[in-house]
Amino acid sequence: MNRKLLSYPYIIWIIGFTIIPLIFIFIKAMTNADGGFTTENILAIFDPVHRKALISSVELAFIATVICILLAYPLALLLRDSNVSNQKLMLFILILPMWMNFILRILALQMLISNNGIINFILTHLGFDPVQMINTKGAIVFGMVYDYLPYMILPVLNAITAIPEDYIEASKDLGGGRWQTFKKIILPLSLPGVGSGIAMVFVPSMTEFVIANILGGGKILLLGNVIEQEFITSMNWNLGSGLSLTLMIFIVITTLLLGDKDSNDRGFAP
Amino acid sequence: MIKHLRRLYIGLILIFLYAPIAVLIVLSFNASKSRVVWGGFTLDWYKSLFTNEIIISAFGTTVLLALLSAFIATVIGLLGALGINHMRRRQTQIMMFFTNIPLVNADIVTGIALMLWFIRFLPLGFISVLLAHITFNIPYVILCILPKLKQVDTSQYEAARDLGANAKTAFFKIVFPSILPGILSGFFMAVTLSMDDFVITYFTKGAGVNTLSTMIYGEIRKGIKPEMYALSTVMFFVILLLLLAVNFLPSRKKTAK
Amino acid sequence: MENSILKLESISKSFDGKEILKDFNLEIYRNEFVTLLGPSGCGKSTTLRIIGGFEYPDNGHVYYNGTDITDLSPNKRNINTVFQKYSLFPHMSVAENIAFGLRMKKKPQSYIDDKIRYALDLVNMKNYANRMPQSLSGGQQQRIAIARAIVNEPEILLLDEPLGALDLKLRKDMQRELIRLKDELGITFIYVSHDQEEALTMSDRIIVMNHGIIQQIGTPEDIYNEPQNAFVADFIGESNMIDGVMVEDRLVTINGTAFKCEDTGFGPNEPVDVVIRPEDVELSENGDGVTKGVVKSIIFKGVHYEIDVESDIGINFLVHTTKHFAKGTQVGINVIPYNIQIMHKPASIDEEKIDAD
Repeated sequence: MNRKLLSYPYIIWIIGFTIIPLIFIFIKAMTNADGGFTTENILAIFDPVHRKALISSVELAFIATVICILLAYPLALLLRDSNVSNQKLMLFILILPMWMNFILRILALQMLISNNGIINFILTHLGFDPVQMINTKGAIVFGMVYDYLPYMILPVLNAITAIPEDYIEASKDLGGGRWQTFKKIILPLSLPGVGSGIAMVFVPSMTEFVIANILGGGKILLLGNVIEQEFITSMNWNLGSGLSLTLMIFIVITTLLLGDKDSNDRGFAP
Repeated sequence: MIKHLRRLYIGLILIFLYAPIAVLIVLSFNASKSRVVWGGFTLDWYKSLFTNEIIISAFGTTVLLALLSAFIATVIGLLGALGINHMRRRQTQIMMFFTNIPLVNADIVTGIALMLWFIRFLPLGFISVLLAHITFNIPYVILCILPKLKQVDTSQYEAARDLGANAKTAFFKIVFPSILPGILSGFFMAVTLSMDDFVITYFTKGAGVNTLSTMIYGEIRKGIKPEMYALSTVMFFVILLLLLAVNFLPSRKKTAK
Repeated sequence: MENSILKLESISKSFDGKEILKDFNLEIYRNEFVTLLGPSGCGKSTTLRIIGGFEYPDNGHVYYNGTDITDLSPNKRNINTVFQKYSLFPHMSVAENIAFGLRMKKKPQSYIDDKIRYALDLVNMKNYANRMPQSLSGGQQQRIAIARAIVNEPEILLLDEPLGALDLKLRKDMQRELIRLKDELGITFIYVSHDQEEALTMSDRIIVMNHGIIQQIGTPEDIYNEPQNAFVADFIGESNMIDGVMVEDRLVTINGTAFKCEDTGFGPNEPVDVVIRPEDVELSENGDGVTKGVVKSIIFKGVHYEIDVESDIGINFLVHTTKHFAKGTQVGINVIPYNIQIMHKPASIDEEKIDAD
């Protein structure tokens, strides 16, 4: 029997539920309400409101990704030094929050930072003025960092712990100090991990609408919010599909950029 | 000194990750319905949880959906991985390209695309959500199984054939046990992803069905029922215990045949 | 001593409560090829790592040219290491790998280029400067690892079982290459190995270690011909190790049969270990000899035959000879007194210890 036959159910599934839906979103995006061909749903991204939403999405996703790197990288370096059993436990503790329902976690964040929330409650009782945190761009970034930080920690930690101790010893042996060893050995060898971390944080952050709805209070529109509204409230599915397609193009570009960087940094000869 | 700074840093990150969860757990015991004021300790929410039909039904849907979609995804994914493992390089690349699409694509795009397609032949409801969940679960299953398949020593399989086992026996006695950990982790990953999904469910569910995620999202404006905190606390500790058991209990030695 | 370059003084080191090195003393001289030889876990690698600065001893001192370097970090020592698994940096080309140490010292680019060319030439890898390490074979990677170490002009080169991963033929070639390199560079090589043949081939001096204690120090000839205890005799080459009793000076009995030897200074009737190398057992077809025996098996080994002889004194001798004896042949067995090595029986592991230097 040809073993390749085994994958036929999966191939059928790919055609039925991956390829055809994408064709549908493409057709919707390229037509108007009457079914005629149009490019205006694609070009709608240049509309000032949409353009602003896209720029906000990229901006907030970028800031959230940078913060995730700045938090996760030192953590991974610290964990590399700790002993092995300790490390397994730490990893466990770090990913455990991901098992709490995503929307509940974001709601809990909302309770922490809302105007009459826990943090402001504590602040006013200590005699400080309450701080406006909720419904700001900062709140949305905070939510993104909170939700996606584990996705940065895991690949970065994997990449950093996978560097054999031998390389570090070899570097010291050849006269490299701590900083030089970090700059020349650890950093370049861990970049692929940072690359996949970026992909795992930036893409979902850029397409986010739930966090923006809950922590942004509908005041800050991200591209995800616009698309959601077109489908759920405005019922302009053609426009929603056109914007989705634009979003997809952005994702593809991001992944390609990261993917290229990935293989170059590993520096493997063909 | 450096050691203390190190502890402080790890400690701050843990506080950041766990503070919201602690809030949820504390609120589940709060007699006051307020989110800020502590009204005394109570177990009432845990009691009323079991009589709240909306929550129980959403919970049931979530679990059924998770198990069913994970199971079907594991079967299709396992067969798919076995087939891919025997394909030539070019074919494998094509298969992996399509496998990666749901992984890389934004949930919102995947959800919308599936919805646009489903409404052509299917009323949105449990079945459409199930199909959607299977679709985003299969790639994770395949990514869990394929590396294990690559590690399987083909000479062991050949040795089994050489010693008289037919293809089926050799597979189930030799290959299957060595990829079983991959199959299991694929299954559990699928269960987890399905239970945690909001966006794809949100776009493919239609009016009648709710999972826990979509139910909570729908209630945000009305205010969250405190029973939800109780349920999430229970689920959190059940999962904590399960994960602790899987990860840290000494693995049982296989008994000799 | 003027000629001494490195001195280890009463070094001890434990890991997880297990003592790896015990009061370890060793002096190494300029321009010699020293091999630390012993089974795995004997402490040879730990010794090397202490010299390299990758481990710090619990007690004792390391002196380099008379200066205490015990607490100096590896990057400040003028000592370089060729690692067991080569440890070439995978994200750098061969040339960048070799340049690494020089860049750390901020040498000018022209100097670095010259050194890369010189080092690649030295290890016969001229055309490989721009290759990535992964594209090289094990032997080639090993040469680059050596080149990367020696461009820094260390006075001591540490080699941690560098040939372990290579196949036999390549290993032989690299052994010759290493000896040539050492002579050309005129620096000290400290080599760690568990392969006695490798140690005998390359070394000026061998330090045999077991359980963190030096068992014997000497030239390859000394170690092979005059093992000082049963461990060394057993570890170096093949040997017949037989229980005997030293009746008086120059006379030992094995199961009651007397053998003449050249050893003196043992107590009357002291139980001893008798060591006879397989190539030192002489067989004769006419039955002449101290005792007789029957050939039980004979295996052709290329250079010689390996013969198992069951002797009349109740002992089987392992014999290496170039002459053929058919299975079942009655033979005479003889060993000349010079080739019989007598050793005290160790009462405990600690008594296996002998004074270093």
